[in-house]
Amino acid sequence: MDTLLLSRIQFGANISFHILFPTITIALGWMLLFFKLRFSATGDRKWMDAYMFWVKVFALSFAMGVVSGITMSFQFGTNWPGFMETVGNVAGPLLAYEIMTAFFLEAVFLGIMLFGASRVKSWVHTLATFLVAFGTTMSTFWIIVLNSWMHTPQGYELIDGVVHATNWFEIVFNPSMPYRFVHMMLASGLTVAFLFAGISALRMLWGDRGEDVKSAFRVGVIAGAGLIPLQILAGDFHGLNTLEYQPAKVAAMEGNWETGPNVPLVLFAIPDEEARENRFEIAIPNGASLILTHKADGVVPGLNDFVADDGEILHPRVAPVFFSFRIMVGVGMAMLLLSWSGLALLRRYGAGDIPKLPLYTFCAMSFSGWIATLAGWYTTEIGRQPWLVQGVLATKDAVSDVPAAMVLSTLIGYLIVYAVLILAYIGVITYLALKATRSEPYSTRNYPRRGEARVAALQPGE
Amino acid sequence: MNYFGDPSIWLPWTFAALMGLSILIYVVLDGFDLGVGLLMPLADEDEKDRLVASIGPFWDANETWLVLAVGLLLVAFPPAHGTILTALYLPVFVMLVGLILRGVSFEMRAKAPIAQKPVWNAAFFVGSLMASLSQGFMLGMYIMGLTWTLPHVAFELLTAIFLTVGYSFIGSAWLIWKTEGQLQIRALGWAKGGIWGLVMGIGAISLATPFVSTRIFDKWFSWPEFAYLSPLPIISGALVIFLWWQLARLPLLNDRWSWTPFAAATALFTFAYGGLAYSFYPYVVPEKITIYEAASAPESLFIILIGTLFVLPAILGYTILSYYIFRGKATALRYD
Ligand code: HDD
Ligand code: HEM
Ligand code: HEM
Repeated sequence: MDTLLLSRIQFGANISFHILFPTITIALGWMLLFFKLRFSATGDRKWMDAYMFWVKVFALSFAMGVVSGITMSFQFGTNWPGFMETVGNVAGPLLAYEIMTAFFLEAVFLGIMLFGASRVKSWVHTLATFLVAFGTTMSTFWIIVLNSWMHTPQGYELIDGVVHATNWFEIVFNPSMPYRFVHMMLASGLTVAFLFAGISALRMLWGDRGEDVKSAFRVGVIAGAGLIPLQILAGDFHGLNTLEYQPAKVAAMEGNWETGPNVPLVLFAIPDEEARENRFEIAIPNGASLILTHKADGVVPGLNDFVADDGEILHPRVAPVFFSFRIMVGVGMAMLLLSWSGLALLRRYGAGDIPKLPLYTFCAMSFSGWIATLAGWYTTEIGRQPWLVQGVLATKDAVSDVPAAMVLSTLIGYLIVYAVLILAYIGVITYLALKATRSEPYSTRNYPRRGEARVAALQPGE
Repeated sequence: MNYFGDPSIWLPWTFAALMGLSILIYVVLDGFDLGVGLLMPLADEDEKDRLVASIGPFWDANETWLVLAVGLLLVAFPPAHGTILTALYLPVFVMLVGLILRGVSFEMRAKAPIAQKPVWNAAFFVGSLMASLSQGFMLGMYIMGLTWTLPHVAFELLTAIFLTVGYSFIGSAWLIWKTEGQLQIRALGWAKGGIWGLVMGIGAISLATPFVSTRIFDKWFSWPEFAYLSPLPIISGALVIFLWWQLARLPLLNDRWSWTPFAAATALFTFAYGGLAYSFYPYVVPEKITIYEAASAPESLFIILIGTLFVLPAILGYTILSYYIFRGKATALRYD
């Protein structure tokens, strides 16, 4: 394998590992703020119990997000020097603003949020929690601005092959940014919602019927049920936007070869790029035309439009885009089904007596948000190929000239570290759930009333 | 556009200064928390918790200065960013894996089952070691002009060791300040053991740098520069003597002066760093690319600078606030 392919795999591996943890921390920060505010408003200790359990998950996820993020900031220089040399005038300021307005905010106030409760007034602690959540959201905003600009660049001019910014408003509010930002924020919310429901279901299966567990379960199911329709809607809009700006990507997502009206919606197929057709196709007639143009005879672009006269392929590889898109949508449908059934079960039985089978299903779906998020990003990013910055910079022109063997050996190193850490992460979350199930709830220990938190008896080192 | 003077001169200069400042802040701040990680194996079981507690609220923000430094290199000097980081590919990888191990073990050691704690403690140490060694190695490579020849690698291995000892020194100085009782006394012992590394490290780098290029040699050893620069080594020497004296007489009653070793170590790091910065200016890639040649377009730098002027004071402000909130001796880390 050559440096280009290995660098792509390495970048893909690193960013996939990184995105797992922000996906959790972005929404979990807001959820913790919600728990804290509920506690301040009602004085009900179950909210503090829920806070105390989930803040541990937050601290762990945040640390993983930070260290993998540091890796990301070096990747541009080590593997893609051509990226900054060509589009540095746009990407640089965006990254700088992310570091200055978001990273420092979250990193500094994280210390106060986690370890400062006994040192500052309750409202200062709540404010620190807010600033951390706000910081993660700002991070998301800036990085999504950059990523979206790479998909739908505007507000720049090319001088001697180097991009110069001409209009920052157009750069920041580029056409795909609002869709991608909303879709990512919702993805984070859904990931956390299903994590709440799944881990709480696990604790219930282990016999924990604490009020805090039931509340976290309820919050998870309700948030999931509320967010998933929005996510499907946002995804639909996102797809329409992509149709306008990156038709080749949409053609690959739909598995559609010939441009034309009345294009069916392919539910399953195995796209064959050699023969340029789908095998084993199962499809709904007119479906794709309906979804993408809202008319049965609407015209949908086909992949064959993106082949140059000399036979050079100008569209992304079809199978990975096609399948990852279906995985994302499939998980989304499963989320819809499960969260709405969960809602019905909550009404019928209450959070304490949900039957075992649904609880098992929620457990199984604990990390489903991760799968959908990764699948979504693979669709987006692989669908952009062969471009790194659509129409401006090809991926192959940005790669470094580091020897392939070096990229390969470091790639193997990263993969081993990541595999161990993901297992350890999931293992520790399960262990924390087990420990919380076995130990007395936090609220029955002598916890002082309302906010002013200074407690004697808790395990040190947490 | 017409800013004051010529923006293609003062903008790159300002950004080089900002980048230099954030590297310096990083070296001091993450230096002490990497140093505390390096001291882990020397501490016994319950001391380990206090070591970790002394850096708990800070380490994440400390590492963000590294992100800012790389970020500024990347935004202000894109061609240099690519050249330097591809040359440092391998040590950067070692550093990143080290930082990952460290950050993760920091959380895991308190949350994983108790039987796993020694494993995560070990990972915390190994991660700190990998990060420190590779940073020292990169420092050496940078001084030697980013090349891989045998004598250079020997020098780079030396700087790797010296920087690691230097970090563990500033780490013990931090512990002298932030701990009390038996642990503070042990930290004093560690500091006495580490100070030689600091002195030899600064000495070796100061001696080697002028001989790497005649340009640097002339910058130091010509008249009248020599006279202007002489306070640098003299004050550094005085600081070392002060440290030696202070380490021998601490701890004092009521914990007086326990902050001074950390302050003196910070000053030493700053002087050594200032000397290096003087040697390499105006180059960002040693002897190859100057900051003026590598700079991004003035429009882009200007838009970052405006933000920086507002945001940097705020960052400094709330960083100080956080150190103020967690002032005093380190206590157990608890979420409630
Ligand atoms: C919990 C996560 C999650 C779920 C359930 C869904 N998505 Fe999604 N999707 C994402 C998480 C995500 C993502 C990770 O956030 C992506 C990658 C880039 C982005 O902006 O969002 C994404 C990308 C993405 C794209 C590619 C945009 C592009 O071309 O760049 C489309 C068309 C959709 N989504 C559409 C959908 C539809 C129709 C869904 C209906 C079920 C859906 N997504 C569910
Ligand atoms: C918002 C920040 C992001 C930026 C700036 C970014 C940028 C890039 C760059 C520079 C590459 C390398 C060139 C290439 O192979 O295409 C790439 C590829 C890739 N990215 Fe992203 N990306 C971002 C987000 C993500 C996320 C969050 C994921 C996944 C979770 C992701 C998944 C991938 C994958 C899988 C590839 C490899 C594509 C291929 O091999 O065809 N990206 N992206
Ligand atoms: C190539 C692209 C990326 C780079 C260079 C990058 C870089 C970083 C860095 C350096 C950090 C640590 C900040 C600290 O020290 O506190 C970080 C954290 C974070 N990143 Fe990324 N990142 C990238 C992609 C993304 C994407 C695609 C998202 C989300 C959509 C994201 C969201 C976050 C968030 C929310 C945090 C803070 C919370 C946490 O650490 O869990 N990043 N990132």
